[in-house]
Amino acid sequence: MSLGAYLAVAAALFVLGLAMMIARRNLIYILMGIELILNAANLNFVAFSRHAANAGTEVALRGQVFALIVILLAVAEAAVALAIVLHVFRLFDSIRPEDPDLLRE
Amino acid sequence: MPPGFGHADLLRLAAIPLLPLVAFFVQTLLGRFGPRKGDWIPVLALGIAAVLGVVEFGKVIIQKPWDPAFRAEWPGLFDWIPGAAGAKASFGILYDNLSATMTAAVGLVAFLIHLFSVGYMHGDRRYASFFAHLSLFSFGMLGLVLSDNFVSFFVCWEVMGLCSYLLIGHFSEKPSAAAACKKAFLTTRIGDVCLFLGIAILWTRLGTFRFTELWEAVPRVLAENGGAYPGWLVAAGLLIFGGAVGKSAQFPLHVWLPDAMEGPTPVSAMIHAATMVAAGVFLTARAFLFLSPEARLVVALVGSFTAIFAATIGICQTDIKRVLAYSTVSQLGYMIAGIGVGGIAAGLFHMITHATFKACLFLGSGSVIHAVHTQEMPQMGGLRRRMPITYGTMLVSTLAIAGVPLFAGFYSKDAILGSVLAHAMERRSLVDALPAIFLFVAAGMTAFYMFRLLILTFHGAPRDRHAFEHAHESPPVMTIPLFILAFFALSGGWLFGRSWFLQLGKGLPGMVEPTGHAAEVEHEAHGLALGGSLLAAGLGILLAFAFYQWKKLSAAAWAQRWGAVHRCVKNKYYVDEFYLATVVPLVLGLTAVQRWFDVRIVDGLVDGAGALGRLGAAISGWFDRWVVDGAVNLVGWLTQLWGGVARLFQTGRIQTYVAFGVAGAVAAAALVLMA
Repeated sequence: MSLGAYLAVAAALFVLGLAMMIARRNLIYILMGIELILNAANLNFVAFSRHAANAGTEVALRGQVFALIVILLAVAEAAVALAIVLHVFRLFDSIRPEDPDLLRE
Repeated sequence: MPPGFGHADLLRLAAIPLLPLVAFFVQTLLGRFGPRKGDWIPVLALGIAAVLGVVEFGKVIIQKPWDPAFRAEWPGLFDWIPGAAGAKASFGILYDNLSATMTAAVGLVAFLIHLFSVGYMHGDRRYASFFAHLSLFSFGMLGLVLSDNFVSFFVCWEVMGLCSYLLIGHFSEKPSAAAACKKAFLTTRIGDVCLFLGIAILWTRLGTFRFTELWEAVPRVLAENGGAYPGWLVAAGLLIFGGAVGKSAQFPLHVWLPDAMEGPTPVSAMIHAATMVAAGVFLTARAFLFLSPEARLVVALVGSFTAIFAATIGICQTDIKRVLAYSTVSQLGYMIAGIGVGGIAAGLFHMITHATFKACLFLGSGSVIHAVHTQEMPQMGGLRRRMPITYGTMLVSTLAIAGVPLFAGFYSKDAILGSVLAHAMERRSLVDALPAIFLFVAAGMTAFYMFRLLILTFHGAPRDRHAFEHAHESPPVMTIPLFILAFFALSGGWLFGRSWFLQLGKGLPGMVEPTGHAAEVEHEAHGLALGGSLLAAGLGILLAFAFYQWKKLSAAAWAQRWGAVHRCVKNKYYVDEFYLATVVPLVLGLTAVQRWFDVRIVDGLVDGAGALGRLGAAISGWFDRWVVDGAVNLVGWLTQLWGGVARLFQTGRIQTYVAFGVAGAVAAAALVLMA
């Protein structure tokens, strides 16, 4: 499997995540889009790390460690974000991203 | 400076007018709080002034031989308008024979009138201020006779005008008194304006206000002009005489004096004897040198016409004070006419003797009015038994004014008649003879109406029982002045008056001693005048007794027979009505025109300026609203517009921002990759 294939999958994941984030009318889906983007990045980290190890120019597993950190970060992010979404739902009776607009006026 | 006159005299002389002035201020401010409402302050001030005046006069007359040219002068005691080089008005004192005589006589008579007022005005509502005004009045006259220049003369002249207004209007709640004081003020004001113009002409041409300098300048002017009076000097002389016409109530400005009877009787005495009207005569004497021969003839004609004109009116009046008022107008005519024909000393002599007996007559009439509370002679009669002192003193004064020998008026009137007769005999023309004819006829009339007054008031049976029963003699404070004045009326002629005034006349500026033929004519004229005046006086007195005492002739029947004439004279020749029909509407019309001018033109200008201002304000307001505010609003509007545009990007939706962010990143990446 060449590096290009990994990168193509990662790019597809990123674009899918971005599209969800921009287009979905539900905060939960937006969060899911963010997860996709993060995982697209993870895939890139791992793919590049493996590619560099094979070429012998890079210490093995550095990219994998980065990916693990990102997963942890994503977990923390999801926890906080879900708490925010929960509060938004309580306050506005909705989890549509355009409804919390108190700062608009 | 004459020998024997110095600093002490200056102090005494300055005190004569200043004491009444100080008394006026003290009395005005504090008088009514003092004991007796302060009446003693002016009385005391006038008393001291009178004593000082008499003392200084005594100093002048005990000089032997009497000096006709006696003249003590203290110029420049006080600079009014200091620093004004051209128009410097420097006040000083001029004390010559004339002012010496006047100071003594005015001071004495004014003092006696003050004293009389203490009794007469007793219980009056404005008792305190009455004395203050009376005192200021005396200041005006005393200051006037001691003035050495026309400016302070004019100031005092106007002070008297003001005081006459205040005192005639003393009973200002009476409409007639309010009208009378206004009339007096406005009528004399016509003369005052003339006098002012005359003074202005003299000052413009000769550059000084001082009498002595003016007297010295006039011969110079005459010499430069070939002995004739230049036009401006004739005009100045006549204008100054116009002032005297107003103040001394000469025809045609005589109308105020009889109305001035509305004032309290002491005021009438003051105006008629000591002050005010005498000022005009005094002025004519002072300004004699400024009068050209033609102007002197005018003076003589005005005076003599006034004398006969007022005498005829006096015959038909029934109000005791009005008879006396017209008598004063008539006697003033004598003085003015006497001065006009060159008999200045005679005119002044008559002024002084007249001051004594007319003051006595007025105070006597005041005493009568005080007793019977009416001024109408038909309601009096028989008062001789009730008021012997008043009767006696008034009898003496009546004899004096009628021109009975040995009484003061005889000498002075005879002197005037002699002068006018000499004038007529010398010139031998009708117009020059007119003064003599007028004055001789008026002399008879004077005797007639004065005895008419005396008989109607004091003789016969009482016509009003009630008034008669209540009549009583006045208190001593009123009768003592009567005695003193009657004494002078009796003795003023032969005691020293005649010789003194003969002397005085020689020293007056403008006097020429007649010589040669003129002197003979004058001597002859005085002899004739003596006979003529005795005849006129005797005839007048006889007729008065025939009409009113013995009832041989009926006044009513005569009035009936001459109905139209009697009505005309009784109504004072309708002069008042004539003025009411001509001068008053003219003045009112003029004021209406002025009012129109004021309202339409002056106010119109102001209103126009206002409208213009409003128009300018409207334009500037429009500019402000549309241009200045418009610019500011445009800025605001543009900002708003831009804000609206910018706002489009600020949707407040995270997803939009993310989309923008991604678009930006893509654009940035594209830029990097392109490069």
